Amino acid sequence: MSLSEKDILEKLEGIDLPPSIKEAMQMGLKGVEVSSKQLDEIVSQVSSDYQHSRVEPCEAVGVVAAQSIGEPGTQMTMRTFHYAGVAEINVTLGLPRLIEIVDARKIPSTPTMTIKLNQDYAHDRDLAREVAWAIESSSILHLGSIATDLAEMNVIIELNPSALEQRKITAEEVATRLKEETGLPVDQKENLLVMAPEEPSYRELLQLVEKIKRLSLKGVEGIKRVVIRKEGDEYILYTEGSSLKRVMQFDGVDPDRIKTNNINEIGEVLGIEAARNAIINEATDTLREQGLSVDVRHIMLVADIMTVDGELKQIGRHGVSGEKASVLARAAFEVTVNHILDAAIRGDVDDLKGVTENVIVGQPIQLGTGDVTLVASKR
Amino acid sequence: MSPSAAPSKKKVVLVTKFAVRDHEMVPDHVLLTPEEGVEVLKAFNIVAPQLPKIHINDPAAKEIGAKVGDIIKIVRKSTTAKHSVFYRLVID
Repeated sequence: MSLSEKDILEKLEGIDLPPSIKEAMQMGLKGVEVSSKQLDEIVSQVSSDYQHSRVEPCEAVGVVAAQSIGEPGTQMTMRTFHYAGVAEINVTLGLPRLIEIVDARKIPSTPTMTIKLNQDYAHDRDLAREVAWAIESSSILHLGSIATDLAEMNVIIELNPSALEQRKITAEEVATRLKEETGLPVDQKENLLVMAPEEPSYRELLQLVEKIKRLSLKGVEGIKRVVIRKEGDEYILYTEGSSLKRVMQFDGVDPDRIKTNNINEIGEVLGIEAARNAIINEATDTLREQGLSVDVRHIMLVADIMTVDGELKQIGRHGVSGEKASVLARAAFEVTVNHILDAAIRGDVDDLKGVTENVIVGQPIQLGTGDVTLVASKR
Repeated sequence: MSPSAAPSKKKVVLVTKFAVRDHEMVPDHVLLTPEEGVEVLKAFNIVAPQLPKIHINDPAAKEIGAKVGDIIKIVRKSTTAKHSVFYRLVID
């Protein structure tokens, strides 16, 4: 007597296996005639295979992960700048990027965002371009030229009408923005703006010019460039510079699919779990781009250890390695003398539970055969 | 200039505000009841401080109204197991 598909499904529901394995079994059993006894046999075989494939308790997964990521790391290019797309936005890749990820740097060396647009905007190039112009930060140099008149002690800004039109900003708006930011009166005549510093000194004048040049007149501060690319049938914006929180609020931007390569920023805006996902994605992408394949489980372990405490911690002296419980393990890593000296002053105790400290004192480590002790019952 | 005008405007902003949970990178966060929390701890045979942590002001924890000491169940999308369950203790 063979079981119906529903019976099989019910049977599979009850067993303690990961959903992906259950799904694979379900697919495999589709349309196959099995008896209840055969199904039990299949389930027990799969379960025992699964138990075999699991990491054993007390296995040094951290060391395995470190070597599995470290070895391909030796094959990575030391310094690569890759241009995302056709010579457009450059992003750090290769080993420097991998180091940046595990160091949990506050700001990556080349922050970029990938902005996907919502349904109404994603398929229209003109609308996508409009969003891009709205986001891209425009400084005075994008809109015209700036010059100083030393005889009159003033700054003359000449705006370019076509640039103004392209970036959808008027000369009046520029004048008001300048007034707001500098607190100085702006004399506007059509596309000619004249400003003077409070005191007529050369220093003040030059400082004013510098300040005006740095001002972001329109768009999001820090977004230096926006590039539009068509991927599949939708237009995607790539930016140089990152500001997740502000860009999310723009019309047309799909806030649920926006991404940045700044992991700390993701942690702040979307939470620690999203940061964990970001570490995994960024690290796998970096390795894959170099043609290296590392099992995700190793990267997941790294991401987990970086985020266990609810905040992003780097793998290194100021993070994971620096917070180890054992004095000897910390001393073995970096700044040896400081750790031993501090421990001596505080009177710290080392429980000799980890690997490093046991190697240092010369006794078997608590792994593999070192982890088992023989207990004999007395007769 | 009625005082009620300002709050109502603020409310509109709140409604249109983006929800962290909708983002594709944020897994489901489920707030456990104290009873469920005790069960989790019993299943792993540990005490609450041994769990991984999440900050009270973490955007995802804030959104589900978690308090310090609560346990949050996180259902992650996993490439190896399809989805996996993880628990975090809410800390200050």
